[in-house]
Amino acid sequence: MHVIETGNTAAALAVKLAGAQVVAAYPITPQTPLTEKLSEYIEAGEMDARYVPVESEHSALGVCIAASSAGARAFTATSANGLLYMHEQVHWAAGARLPLVMCVANRAVGAPWNIWNDHQDSISQRDTGWIQMYCCDHQQIIDDTLKAFRVAEATSIPVMVCYDGYLLSHTYMPFAIPDEDQVAEFLPPFRPSYALDPGSPANLNTVTLPEVRLDVNGELAHGYMEIRYLLQEDLRNAVQVVEETDAAYQAIFGRGGAPLVEPYRCDDAEYVVVGMGSITYQLRDVIETLRAEGHRIGVLGVRLYRPFPDAAVAAAVRGARGVFVMEKALSYGYEGALCSDLKSALYDHLGELGTAPSVKGLVAGIGGREIRTADLADALRSGLAGSVPDPNWIGIQL
Amino acid sequence: MKEIRWHGRGGQGAITASKIVAAAAFGNGLTGAVMIPTFGTERRGAPVFSSLKIAREKIYDLSPIETPDVVVVLDHLLLKEVDVAKGLKQDGLIVLNTPKPATAYDFGGARLAVADVNALSVEAGLPPGRVNSGIIGVLCRAFDIVPFESVLEEIANEFAGKKPEANARAARLCYENATVREATAAGVA
Repeated sequence: MHVIETGNTAAALAVKLAGAQVVAAYPITPQTPLTEKLSEYIEAGEMDARYVPVESEHSALGVCIAASSAGARAFTATSANGLLYMHEQVHWAAGARLPLVMCVANRAVGAPWNIWNDHQDSISQRDTGWIQMYCCDHQQIIDDTLKAFRVAEATSIPVMVCYDGYLLSHTYMPFAIPDEDQVAEFLPPFRPSYALDPGSPANLNTVTLPEVRLDVNGELAHGYMEIRYLLQEDLRNAVQVVEETDAAYQAIFGRGGAPLVEPYRCDDAEYVVVGMGSITYQLRDVIETLRAEGHRIGVLGVRLYRPFPDAAVAAAVRGARGVFVMEKALSYGYEGALCSDLKSALYDHLGELGTAPSVKGLVAGIGGREIRTADLADALRSGLAGSVPDPNWIGIQL
Repeated sequence: MKEIRWHGRGGQGAITASKIVAAAAFGNGLTGAVMIPTFGTERRGAPVFSSLKIAREKIYDLSPIETPDVVVVLDHLLLKEVDVAKGLKQDGLIVLNTPKPATAYDFGGARLAVADVNALSVEAGLPPGRVNSGIIGVLCRAFDIVPFESVLEEIANEFAGKKPEANARAARLCYENATVREATAAGVA
């Protein structure tokens, strides 16, 4: 069934279909309508879950961590400074290997205060050990959120489903709602490998020494370093789990096929624009304009950002002369984080071939600055002519 | 692709109105219907606008409309605050809720559809100030993209439990009582 609804509603419908058992959240725009919807579903008896209203985002994730430790399928959502306020618990959830799912309606972070879209909030969580997916439209929001639960539970790693605040969270567009029975086939009830049980009390994640040591059963137990190494290893292997999950989803629902990167007209492209989220769809129209002017150019949407699909990214731009990375966030003091990640992937995979394309970073839409399609085309035209705008922030007026 | 830009005031229901047209369009095979509200620091009464884009194919560009085919204005007093006709395409249409006749406006000779949606909606049984179903009637009278009957069905769906009959009646009354002034001269706003 198709509906025309907002991105927040698409996410809420996915959480309902996934049968999340505990939802804890604190309102922050532009995420608020998502958790409002969930509280309505629960209140109306359409969703069998406990909604826990909390006094802060830190507590919201704390509740989800507790619920997940007790074996429940748990969900939260936030944006911007709410996500930053959670940050300590964001790290904790990954270290504790809890299969939570969180939607982030991407928004700029303060100061100065700003409620509009960019990616600084979730990019600032890049190094926490969560899996991060970025959606380009509402179909991807509902589909990815469902997949996120399965990926999280298969890897015991939490998943962040990121989508552009307002541009997607508040825009209405048509999308298909997956059939309930098919979702049940795709995502069976959560069976935790371990769950807290009052009948068998346990301490979880207590002080863990630098060195390995014997545990209470007299068996050699991992030290902190081993536990963290396994998180890194499992995250790297999660690329494959994301691919397998997408394939399973596609087999049932017929949608998917590009879970790591989504290329558009990249096959014969001399130049490739790389980005994340809805801007990569907006760029498709720009690509058509530039193609009509004779430029062989394509766009590559990075859909999975952590773990970084370095091999897929490098393969997608292999053979191109130049890459433009279009970002809505920065690693302040250097450049866009995606730009650095992409360069690193090219060095690893194409460096020895001596064929790595040139890479130019561009910044757009910070704090909701309107991204005019004509401005994107102009910035790329000057890039194609050999000089990206200086400064490389599209639309900046100093 | 057809681009319809809606100008209203916070709380007036411009988003709901454009969502209704989007749903009717989708139901008639125009599956690329998207409606993008543009958010400022709005509060009740402040000028707001949203962008409704309708096409047969999926729409990838969610940036606000710059060159509308149609501009819908839910409150004629907005004309003092906002340049609603900015970027209007040649042969474009302006749809205006106003108690004044079409002859009271110039808009550079652009095609214009007007109705006193406030009064007609009250006549239809809606509380004063509820204009978002009525304005759709004026739009449909002058802009042939979706059958009016489909729009009436969507109005009934959208307002289920919230005076669906009165809302449909308001749309019909406005449809019947709208005045359409054809473009004059170059018709460029």
